[in-house]
Amino acid sequence: MSEQKLINAPAKPPFWRDPEKRALVFQAIFLAFVLFIGYSLVRNTMANLEAQGIASGFGFLSTNTGFAIAESLIEYDESSTYLQSFFVGLSNTILVSVIGIFFATILGFIMGIARLSKNWLVSRLAAIYVDTLRNIPLLLQIFFWYFAVLRQLPNPKQAYEYFGVVFLSIRGLFGPKPIYEDGFGWIVAAVILSIVAIFVLYRWAKKRQEDTGERFPVLWTSIALIIGLPLLATVITGFPLSWEIPELKGFNFRGGLVLTPEFSALVFALSIYTSSFIAEIVRSGILSVDKGQTEAAYSLGLKPSWTTRLVIVPQALRVIIPPLTSQYLNLTKNSSLAAAIAYPDLVAVFAGTALNQVGQAVEIMGMTLAVYLFLSLFISFIMNWYNSKMALIER
Amino acid sequence: MTEQKYPIGQYPNLPPPKNSVGVVAWLRDSLFSNWFNTLLTILAIYIVIKTIPGLLDWAFFSADWVGTSRDDCSREGACWVFINVWFDQLMYGRFPEDQVWRIQASYIIAIAAAIPLFIPAVSRKIKTALALFLLVLFPIICFYLYYGGSFGLEVVETTLWGGLFLTLVIAVTGIVMSLPLGILLALGRRSNMPVVKSVCIVFIEFWRGIPLITVLFMASVMFPLFVPEELSPDKLIRALIGVTLFSSAYMAEVVRGGLQAIPKGQYEAAAALGLNYWKSMLLIILPQALKMVIPGIVNTFIGLFKDTTLVLIIGLFDLLGMAQLAATNPNWLGFSIEGYVFAALGFFVFCFTMSRYSQSLERRLNTGHRN
Repeated sequence: MSEQKLINAPAKPPFWRDPEKRALVFQAIFLAFVLFIGYSLVRNTMANLEAQGIASGFGFLSTNTGFAIAESLIEYDESSTYLQSFFVGLSNTILVSVIGIFFATILGFIMGIARLSKNWLVSRLAAIYVDTLRNIPLLLQIFFWYFAVLRQLPNPKQAYEYFGVVFLSIRGLFGPKPIYEDGFGWIVAAVILSIVAIFVLYRWAKKRQEDTGERFPVLWTSIALIIGLPLLATVITGFPLSWEIPELKGFNFRGGLVLTPEFSALVFALSIYTSSFIAEIVRSGILSVDKGQTEAAYSLGLKPSWTTRLVIVPQALRVIIPPLTSQYLNLTKNSSLAAAIAYPDLVAVFAGTALNQVGQAVEIMGMTLAVYLFLSLFISFIMNWYNSKMALIER
Repeated sequence: MTEQKYPIGQYPNLPPPKNSVGVVAWLRDSLFSNWFNTLLTILAIYIVIKTIPGLLDWAFFSADWVGTSRDDCSREGACWVFINVWFDQLMYGRFPEDQVWRIQASYIIAIAAAIPLFIPAVSRKIKTALALFLLVLFPIICFYLYYGGSFGLEVVETTLWGGLFLTLVIAVTGIVMSLPLGILLALGRRSNMPVVKSVCIVFIEFWRGIPLITVLFMASVMFPLFVPEELSPDKLIRALIGVTLFSSAYMAEVVRGGLQAIPKGQYEAAAALGLNYWKSMLLIILPQALKMVIPGIVNTFIGLFKDTTLVLIIGLFDLLGMAQLAATNPNWLGFSIEGYVFAALGFFVFCFTMSRYSQSLERRLNTGHRN
C-alpha cells in the first residue's frame, strides 16, 4: 500500500532540475550581469569626466549661449540661455516633422492610388517614382535638394520675382507677411465659429439620414460656411489685415515671410522620401480589400464613389494605419538629418553646437534622446488609439 | 455577300468586334476610357516629354566622357570626366593605390563563395559549408586583408578607408553582427522570465526610438567616456558598435515577427519530445522562424545600407561622403550633381537588386504559412 503511494506521487526533482528555481537563478545572474555593465559604465564615465575636468549637472541650462540661431519659432538671441536653445531646436524639429508628415501623407496617398490606376502610363510613372526614391538614401536626397538645387539659385539681386511680392533666390523664398491689426480677432472667431457650426451640422445631418434616410448636402454647406463667415467678418471689420512685402536691402531681402533653403530642402527630401514608402503601404492596403467587397457594394446599388468611400477605404485603413505610424515615426527621427545641412533642429543646435561649447555630453545627449523617445512614444500612442477605434469589432 | 440563314441555336461564333481587341482596345481601356483618364494620360505624356529628352541629353548626348581635368568639360551636359578622375577614391577612399588589390581580392572571394548559394543544383552540404565560411571565416580573412599588420601586409589605418568599400564594410558588419544579437533579443523578449523580458524590451524600444544620427553622435562623443581611456577604440570601430546595436534592435523585431508566426503546436511538440529550451529553439523553432523572416532581414539590410551614409556626419567618408568631398575640391567645384547622380546610381543598384531578391524570396518561401 505504502509503496503504491510512493509511485503515484510525483518525484520531486533536485532543485537544479526544477525549471522554476532554475529560472530564478538564471534571472539573478542575468540581472547581476546587467547591473555590473551599468555600474562599470557609470564608474568609467565618472572617472573620465573627472580626468577631463568636465562639470556635471544641469546648471549649464541657465547660462548664456552666446551663439545665434538662424531661424526660430520662439524668441531667441545670443543672450538667451541653453534651455531656450533647447526649446528652439525642439520647436524646429516638431515644425519640420509636422509639415513633412503632412506633405508625405498627401503625396504618398496620391502615388499609391496612382500605382493602382488602370491608366498604364500613370501607373508606370508612379512605379518609377516609388522604386527610384525608395532606393536612394535620404541623406543623398537632402544633399541633392540643398546643394544641387536650392544653392544653385541666383543671388538676391537677380532673384526670380513673381507678381512683385514673392522672390526666389539662394537666400530662400520670400513672400508677403500678414500684419494683424485691431479687429483681427473677429476673423479668427469667425473661423472657429464656422468649424464648430460644420461639426454640429455634420452630426445633425448624420442623425437625420439615419432617422429619415434623407441626405443633406453637408460638403457644399461646409465650404460655404468656412469661406463665407470669415469673409463676412472681414468685410464688417473693414479689412484689419495688411501685408508686409519683402524688400531688397543690401545683399538680402528684409521683411516678409521667409522659407530658408535649409528648411525647404529638408521638407522636400523628407516628404518625398517618406511618400515613396507610404505609397507602397497605401497600395498594399487597398489591394488587401477583397474584390468581393466591391462587388457586394455594387450589388447593393452603391455608386462607385460611395463604394470607395464607404466600403473600401474604411477596410483599407485598418491595414494601412499600423505601418503608416512607423513611417511617421521614421520621418520624425529622420528629421535629425537636418544637422547635415545646418538647419537648426534639436540635434544640430543642442547635440551639436551646444554640446561643442559646454562639453557635457552625458546630460545633453540624455536630454536629446529623451525628446526622441518621448516623441516616438507619443506618436505611437496616438496611432494606437486611432487604430483601436478603427479596428474590426470581432464577434 | 448574301445574308446566310442558320437554324436557331446554331449561329457560328463571330470574332470579337475590332475595337475590343488589339492595340486599339488596349489604348481605349487603359489610356482613354473616360474624360478623367484621358486628362491623366495627357498630363503623363506632358511630364514624360518635358523630362526624359532633357535628361537623356544631359546624361548622354551632350555629356563629356573623356579627359583628365575640368577643362575637358566644355559641353553643356554632364561632366563624367569628374567621375572618371575620382573613380578610385569613390570606390576605395584613400586606400593606398598599390594596396587596392587586397580589397579586390576580398570581393572576388566573396562573390566566388556566394554564387553557388544561388544555384539550386548545388548540394545542401556544400551550401552550408560555404555559408559558414562567409559568415565566420571570411570576416576574419577580411580583417587581415584590409587592416594588414601580419602575413607581410603593411598596415592601412582605418582613417584611409572610404568610398563604396567603407559603405560595404559598415553595412555587412552591421548586419552580420546584429543578426545573432537580434535573435537573442527576440528570444529574450518572448521569454517567460520577467527580468530578462523587461530588460530586452527596454533595450529594443530604446534603440528603436532614437535616430541613428544620435547613435553615431553618442558613438563619437560619449563612447570614449564609457570605457577606460586606454581601451578607447578608433572611430570606425565605435561607429560599427553603434550601428550594430542600432540594427540589432530592428533585427530583433523582425525575428520576433517570425517567432510569433510559428504555431503553438510546434513549441508543444518540441517540449513533448523532451527537448530543452535551447535545443527546441535551435532545432525546431528558429529554423522555421528565420526562414519565414528572410525577406524582412533583407529589408533591414537595405535600410542599414542606405543609413550607412550618415557616418559622413561623424567624419567617415563612405560613397556619399567621397562624392561630397570630391564635389568640394577647389579644382572641381560645380560638379556636385554628377557626384550625387553617381552615388545615387551606386546605392540604387544595390538596394533595388536586394529588394527584388527579397520579393522573389517572399514568393518562393510562402509555403502555406500564410494564405
